[in-house]
Amino acid sequence: MRVRSVFTNLIQHGRKALIPYITAGDPELAVTEEIVMAMVQAGADIVELGVPYSDPLADGVVIQRAAQRALEAGTNLHKVFELVESLNSKISVPIVLLVYFNPVYQYGLEKFIQKCVSAGAAGMIIPDLPLEERAEITSIIEAGGYPIDLIPLVAPTSRERIGKVVEGASGFVYAISSKGVTGVRKQFSGELESFIGQIRSATELPVALGFGIGDVETVEKVKEFVDGVILGSVLVQMIEEAAAKEEAIAKVSGFIAELRKVLG
Amino acid sequence: MSTVVKAGRFGMFGGQYVPETLMNALTELEREYKKCLEDQEFWSEYHYYLREYSGRPTPLYFAANLTKALGGGRIYLKREDLNHTGAHKINNVIGQVLLAKRMGKTRIIAETGAGQHGVATATICAMMNLTCEIYMGEEDVRRQELNVFRMELLGAKVNAVSSGTRTLKDATNEAIRDWVTNVDDTFYVIGSVVGPHPYPSMVRDFQRIIGDEVKEQILALAGRLPDYLVACVGGGSNAMGLFYPFVDDHDVKLWGVEAAGQGLDTGKHAATISRGSPGVIHGMMTYLLQDSEGQILPVHSISAGLDYPGVGPEHAYLHQTGRAGYAAITDQEALEAFKLLSKTEGIIPALESAHAVAYVQKLAPRTSRDELIVVNLSGRGDKDVYSVLETLKGGGPA
Ligand SMILES: Cc1ncc(COP(=O)(O)O)c(C=O)c1O
Repeated sequence: MRVRSVFTNLIQHGRKALIPYITAGDPELAVTEEIVMAMVQAGADIVELGVPYSDPLADGVVIQRAAQRALEAGTNLHKVFELVESLNSKISVPIVLLVYFNPVYQYGLEKFIQKCVSAGAAGMIIPDLPLEERAEITSIIEAGGYPIDLIPLVAPTSRERIGKVVEGASGFVYAISSKGVTGVRKQFSGELESFIGQIRSATELPVALGFGIGDVETVEKVKEFVDGVILGSVLVQMIEEAAAKEEAIAKVSGFIAELRKVLG
Repeated sequence: MSTVVKAGRFGMFGGQYVPETLMNALTELEREYKKCLEDQEFWSEYHYYLREYSGRPTPLYFAANLTKALGGGRIYLKREDLNHTGAHKINNVIGQVLLAKRMGKTRIIAETGAGQHGVATATICAMMNLTCEIYMGEEDVRRQELNVFRMELLGAKVNAVSSGTRTLKDATNEAIRDWVTNVDDTFYVIGSVVGPHPYPSMVRDFQRIIGDEVKEQILALAGRLPDYLVACVGGGSNAMGLFYPFVDDHDVKLWGVEAAGQGLDTGKHAATISRGSPGVIHGMMTYLLQDSEGQILPVHSISAGLDYPGVGPEHAYLHQTGRAGYAAITDQEALEAFKLLSKTEGIIPALESAHAVAYVQKLAPRTSRDELIVVNLSGRGDKDVYSVLETLKGGGPA
């Protein structure tokens, strides 16, 4: 399923999208698969899977450590694509890959997109590919008519760039909640709502908020003015701290179920 | 591969591969820097500090003993080691910190490998009364203990970075993460001709003073342009600073010298151009050392300042177009050159600069006596004496 239709459905029913992120291969790929299945069962609408990278400069320590563990466990792109393919045969929620640009570039831009599509990934987020550098990949997607979304990121510092960043984009807009890297925070800028408003006045696309969201209270607060929330570090930390995979699965899916109730 | 030549690119290299959060900051930096380029007052202030504070111009010294020992062309040493704080790094820091002040930034951050750029940044921040935080890999903190103490004496906070390979690459990641978080009041002073546009061009412009002086000095000393310019390449700032004013003088051969570590075939080296391939690191498209999946590989050099898996995009371009050549020197060869220059000329070079000297050791005997070789002595070796002692005691380079 495409990301956009998930949002359309949810919006029709007055619900908000719940988008969990975990790093593929942390602690190992088989466990990632089980956790994703459990998250979907517990109510996730879209799943964001991180492709582990040696130099994740948009990520805080929690996701950095997850990437390191995943790489040490032998995770590579080939195996991530196998995981996506396998998940796709079992679940119907869209899978979006979070991947840094260099691995995509080494794979070959068009080949990477083709592989995403054939494995069944619905979208990709490339955190180090801003507007200024994305023309090549978007023109490949358009020319090939590939059914995949390149999700644009908008930051609190984007200001007058917002219009250009969302122009021609598809799927949804990933609104970055605060300046900084990924990682749970308690404090959010009081201007979040007007920030989301600025994005809305530039695009019809659904807007999901991420970076730093880690508890039910924050989700309660922001759900009023966004179409979805993305949670990563808080889940990755649960996986890191769990003594065994059963504990990781139980904790993560328990938390997702709790969030589901809040998000309708 | 795109052949589109855009602003901020050197051929296919360069660009701005950074999180969206930083894009407005880069645009603002570029705008303010362009204003400074045209502003006489900015440059006279820059030259004032270079002259009165750092002691420029640095001499171009005819190394008679080394020339005789190697038995070829005439060797001149560009004495960047005589700058205040002991390396060329301060040229760039003076420029960037002056720019930061103009932009109203109150907090300065920087990454450092050998510690030279960190020391230079801490020094200028102390002098100009700005808050300063330095990121340094844990491994380098260990190798360059003395420089850590220097930075702290100068009032800077040194953050040891424990992620990844715990060296310069990871310190740079961490500095970028800090900048993303504190972008409103913070200026990131990058230490080499690396990073997203406009840094590679800006740092080059602040280092070209090296080449500008050399041109004047060699004309005064020898009445003509040199035949060879030789400089070590970590990120590539001392080399770019030396080369840039000569790029259009096609008879001047340019040689960058990378770190071959324990050998190019051992996997333990930092010879980015010799052994790397195009990819993206720290916001730029350039050559880098990576595996087939695009994961960045650990690198090795005896000198912390060359221990970097990427290289400035303008070097990548000079290499691709064939305008400059890039050679690689092993730890062992650098150590020999370290000792040679100390004994022949009474000048202890930084281990980084010793790589350039080692290449001259190979080059000079193949040149004729009337050829002119300029080698950039990017820094002094005081910081390395202790670790060289340990290495020599241990029976060879680690
Ligand atoms: C003395 C010296 N030379 C050279 C370098 C390498 O940097 P670059 O290649 O930017 O000149 C360093 C870096 O720390 C240094 O301290």
